[in-house]
Amino acid sequence: MTALRRLFFFVVGLFLALPLIVVAGVSINARQTLAFPPQGFSLSWYGQIFTNPEWRNALIASLTLAASSALLALLIALPLAWFLWRRIAPWANIFQLLGVAPFTLPPVITALGLLTFWATTGFYGQPWTAVISHGIFFVTLPLVTLSLGFSAIDRSLVEAAATMGADDRVIFRTVVLPLILPYLVSGYAFAFVLSLNEYIVAYMTVGFTMETLPIKIFNALRYGYTPTMAAVTVLFLVIAAVIFGLVARFGDLPKLLGAMSDER
Amino acid sequence: MRREPPQRLADYGPLFFPAGMLIVFFVVPFATMIAVSVFQREQGGFYTPAFVFDNYARFLSLFFGKVLGFSLFLAIAVAAACVVIGIPFTYLLSRSPRKIQIVWLVALLSILSLSEVMIGFAWSTLFSRTAGITNLFVWLGLMTQAQALTPSFGAVMTAMTYQAFPYTVLVLYPALVRLDPTLTEAARTLGASPVKAFFTVVVPALRNTILATLIMVFIFALGSYLLPQLLGRPQHWTLSVLITDQAIYQSNMPFAAAMAVFLVLVSLALVGLALYAGQQRQAK
Repeated sequence: MTALRRLFFFVVGLFLALPLIVVAGVSINARQTLAFPPQGFSLSWYGQIFTNPEWRNALIASLTLAASSALLALLIALPLAWFLWRRIAPWANIFQLLGVAPFTLPPVITALGLLTFWATTGFYGQPWTAVISHGIFFVTLPLVTLSLGFSAIDRSLVEAAATMGADDRVIFRTVVLPLILPYLVSGYAFAFVLSLNEYIVAYMTVGFTMETLPIKIFNALRYGYTPTMAAVTVLFLVIAAVIFGLVARFGDLPKLLGAMSDER
Repeated sequence: MRREPPQRLADYGPLFFPAGMLIVFFVVPFATMIAVSVFQREQGGFYTPAFVFDNYARFLSLFFGKVLGFSLFLAIAVAAACVVIGIPFTYLLSRSPRKIQIVWLVALLSILSLSEVMIGFAWSTLFSRTAGITNLFVWLGLMTQAQALTPSFGAVMTAMTYQAFPYTVLVLYPALVRLDPTLTEAARTLGASPVKAFFTVVVPALRNTILATLIMVFIFALGSYLLPQLLGRPQHWTLSVLITDQAIYQSNMPFAAAMAVFLVLVSLALVGLALYAGQQRQAK
């Protein structure tokens, strides 16, 4: 049984790894050809991401968009999650539902809704519209992690603080915030990584005025192949693995993903 | 501090910003899209306010029927493939040591977050003639000559399964971790083989979870828009691709919006079904 299990894990792992291995391989080709196993060895394609102005601008655009839209998502999710936890207001759950909706529906729907909206209001193509669009699109992630974080808080702690005369503001700063900090950080991390990789919403809102890295790769694919695309793919995979690895290292990843490991 | 209903206006304070943002930038755009779906299209990509159902009437064409049929078929096939592999995989993963679970979860999350553009690019490389997997087959003596495997239905299907598989595992994971391990232990004590215990105890206990997961993955697959474009032929285009194509390249916003509204209705009906299946599970 153990051998069978190992074999099954190995086959699934191979299926998941194979395209990434090939991409990593072609990213170190010495010449600009699509060949595997790689012919020669060169890291120059990775250098291209930072030295070639087109790729560097796309990288900066992507990082800026991801950092600011994840922050916006957090700023929307935090007060909402706090309110839902602090007050008895069943009707306010509608906002929780609205926060989860863009993530549950096929992304092209949110993308098209925002495209018609920005076109109607006359802001179509402005870089900041992408920040708002991504902020709304990814609000689900901090909202879900924060709801989980709030539900894990022992209410008697907060009660004790209130008995000692602390008001909501003080309680939030001194008791609640330290307790939900890991959920705050992981919510931001999830939104950041997903925004970095997002294509359709960014493309439909600012695709013609700003190039994020996914948009840049898609546009470059039409004109042929360059190993820089492979290098960017590997870079993004490493960024995601490092960030999720850190979340797992400093937080409880199985619990964040709904396993509730502390209950057993 | 007891949890109490908000009494003063100030109690609603924390709600103002989130509610405002969600209404202005999600509800209003959504409503705008619905409005545009009944607008009249003008020449040159513009549209004027109207109240016509022409855009919806276009659904009745054979072409649209084919695209819709193919989209649904592809999403069902992907969801079925993912769930069939995902259930035993997630079950075994949930019974693995915690450290192994975490490594797999990090890997699955990383692949799940990988841009669809990059997944498409990675598979087109793996299926290419010069750098692809067929070179390995040639080397092993299974094939005489390397060849390109794209564009083809198989390529679209494989890449979409690849994209949806991590999602499937993460949807199944909470339910399988919480599954009472004594259930299978009892079956084993009574003499069932591990495989038999899995099919006679685990699978029936998870029937509603499996149904809910199938629907969630189905909706996820329905949203795939780049892989059919990058790896398939035009007849492999899905509704999502068609919506993007109409909105951006054909500049027919009203028709794109009408299709999107239709896609919302299909998705919402299915989400409702998934939630219902989930509730049945809890009621048991």
